Amino acid sequence: MRVERVISDENDSFPVGMRVLAVDDDPTCLLLLETLLTKCKYNVTTTSQAITALKMLRENKNKFDLVISDVHMPDMDGFKLLELVGLEMDLPVIMLSANGDTKLVMKGITHGACDYLLKPVRIEELQNIWQHVIRRKKFDRKDRDGSGSQDKPYIDSSEAAGLGNVDQNGKFNKKRKDQNEDEDEERDENGHDNEDLSTQKKPRVVWSVELHRKFVAAVNQLGIEKAVPKKILELMNVENLTRENVASHLQALFLNLTYCVANQQANMAAALGSVDSTHLRMGTMNGLGNFHTLAGSDQIHNAAFRSFQHSGVLRRLNTSAGVGISGLPSSGLVQLSPVQNLGNTRTNQRKLQSFVIPGNHNANILQGMPMSLEFDQLQNNRAASHVGQFPSVDNTTVLPISSISGSLIDAGCSNSPLLGVTSNSLLLEGNSQLPTLHASNLRDSVSGFPNRSTLSDFTSIAPASNQLHGSKADIQDQAFPISCNAGKIISSAPQDWNAPKKDAPYQSNVPSCSINSLRAVNSDMAQLGQCLDQNNPIFNRNVGFDFVDPLSIKCSEGENLAMEPSVIEKEGYLMVQPSRQGIYIPDNEGENFAMEPSVIEKEGYLIVQPRRQGSYIPGNLGSLEDLANAMVKQDHDKGKPTDGDFGYNDYSLRTCI
Amino acid sequence: MDVVNQLQRQFIDYSASLHREGFLDDQFTQLQKLQDDNSPDFVVEVASLFFEDCEKLINNMARALEQQQGVDFKQVDASVHQLKGSSSSIGAMRVKDVCIAFRSFCEAQNREGCLRCLQQVTHEYSLLKNKLQTLFRLQQQILAAGGSIPVVE
Repeated sequence: MRVERVISDENDSFPVGMRVLAVDDDPTCLLLLETLLTKCKYNVTTTSQAITALKMLRENKNKFDLVISDVHMPDMDGFKLLELVGLEMDLPVIMLSANGDTKLVMKGITHGACDYLLKPVRIEELQNIWQHVIRRKKFDRKDRDGSGSQDKPYIDSSEAAGLGNVDQNGKFNKKRKDQNEDEDEERDENGHDNEDLSTQKKPRVVWSVELHRKFVAAVNQLGIEKAVPKKILELMNVENLTRENVASHLQALFLNLTYCVANQQANMAAALGSVDSTHLRMGTMNGLGNFHTLAGSDQIHNAAFRSFQHSGVLRRLNTSAGVGISGLPSSGLVQLSPVQNLGNTRTNQRKLQSFVIPGNHNANILQGMPMSLEFDQLQNNRAASHVGQFPSVDNTTVLPISSISGSLIDAGCSNSPLLGVTSNSLLLEGNSQLPTLHASNLRDSVSGFPNRSTLSDFTSIAPASNQLHGSKADIQDQAFPISCNAGKIISSAPQDWNAPKKDAPYQSNVPSCSINSLRAVNSDMAQLGQCLDQNNPIFNRNVGFDFVDPLSIKCSEGENLAMEPSVIEKEGYLMVQPSRQGIYIPDNEGENFAMEPSVIEKEGYLIVQPRRQGSYIPGNLGSLEDLANAMVKQDHDKGKPTDGDFGYNDYSLRTCI
Repeated sequence: MDVVNQLQRQFIDYSASLHREGFLDDQFTQLQKLQDDNSPDFVVEVASLFFEDCEKLINNMARALEQQQGVDFKQVDASVHQLKGSSSSIGAMRVKDVCIAFRSFCEAQNREGCLRCLQQVTHEYSLLKNKLQTLFRLQQQILAAGGSIPVVE
């Protein structure tokens, strides 16, 4: 105990007199505990009821330093008490139980216990519990102060080292055990996984520049395709950072990216070059936070991708962070401008712009993200979900379409920032590699795009399917463009993009294609997914626009992305599964991705499996549908594919795009 | 002196046999060590609490297991769990061991098995109670004779 020693030197009387509250319904154990604690020179208060304990704690938050509680209690579950104490009072809590089952211990950890002791408790174990108090104090202080302001992400290495068990990994849950065993001598004797400081009370994560940089670096390192929250988290190795934090960040970025992409197709081109990591702006991070908002908060749920229900499809995908980032090319992540409220798409879009896609050049995606800005249109579409800024995807770097898609999907649908992204992403694929929105699908799709102009179309595929809906109307008209774009993108993509047949009008890379059209994108992110579907060569339109992620597509042709319902699922990539017929189910209603059972969700990614080909079912897709419709209309005159069958079977590419 | 020594020796022997026979384990020794001037009756106090608790829990279990309609194994399990915790805290090894077996029967929802375990627990508890009461009497005698309680390793 290096630090502990030091600390104790500083304050000799501690831990003497440390105020402990012991809770156990078993009188025998309670008495024993009390005696043991008193022997350790702590100041002990006991109660056999959890409710009483809470009352005491609430009365005066500063009355106690530490709480020890039994797991099995009649009036309240020990874990519940643990949670409440952690939340309300932020005190270290040690769990006590006769049952040392690993699952229980794990549960304790996840609920925030800083230690888990087995009965019968020995005095040696209790002698060192004061370290939890110290550790927490230090940790919290660090955390709170540093959250945003530190240069280093939460880890204060010296302190961390000193504190022993402090878990330096973001994944405290997992690694803590190992680390603890190594670092925590006391723990070793118990073999418990005690430290869970991070879980006790996680302060809101603020994505400082530093942190973001790490994030981006991690993403770059992993590669867009593999940039899933879990891995990013590991790579980042930031204390007190959860996978959820990373995932939402990723999503935000992605959305932004998409958004930008969609919006700015044109900008993208210009921006492509410009995106660089410098953008990492943390400011946007804020946006990230917004992402959540954008996505409609739940949309961005990481694991939520499952239901792509509303265009969130991409969102979901993103959540795993994989999404967003995936799109981001190396740059690390595009700084998704805080696409906050996709709803405001417009604004968000702009924000997206700021989304810097740091990183690389590959980043294509966000480079230039100008795309997203254009999202305004998409904004409505929500779907555009932040595609983040796809930096002029044109190049290829294409927005990690996957990310885009993801973002699109999620883009909080609100503005499908992603839409922009979509195209970009698509582009991304085409070009470089779009970090593709994840799923290789995107990639494929995207790759198809020769350069990104097509992607731009996608741009926003999507994100907000909801938004898409709104835009549906627009999309209708514009949808095509998006689809076109998408298609275009797709078409550009060498892959099968059947070159948007319908695209003819879409040809414009328009990422920004009237994102409105992308409206349909919303749900369509899924569609994007579809497009992204690897299987279908880029937007084979098999899927019809299924995937057109309205969100993403909104912008440009989010559809493209969505086209292939079989968006590849990759860790969190949006896999859009065309729900109904394999078409991209832009259902805002949630069906989007759910359409086809084949949506594979991976880590929250929505995988859209293009079920039917071509049947791009824009399900609620708001925008996507519209998009699809638009697309369809154009070509086939089919009217909106919304219902499931997009009718585009022939679209194959078109829809995708 | 002589009496005290005798008593003390008796005490030691008795303690040793209880440990040997598995009635008590190391935890009990720890409890004895915790007893000091500040808490001179600590061990007796804890043991008394344990017996009370034990009786209560056994009654709970019996009641739950007697339900003809349907035994609430969860409840039985909760009681067993608690008994396990307290018996291990006091060092009542045999009781604790029965509890472990008891829990598996609960999980398996085996009423017969549970009833058997309940019988065993009751039996072990009675035995332990008697033994501890003897031990405590010896302790008191030693103290009354002016001696101190030897620490048994």
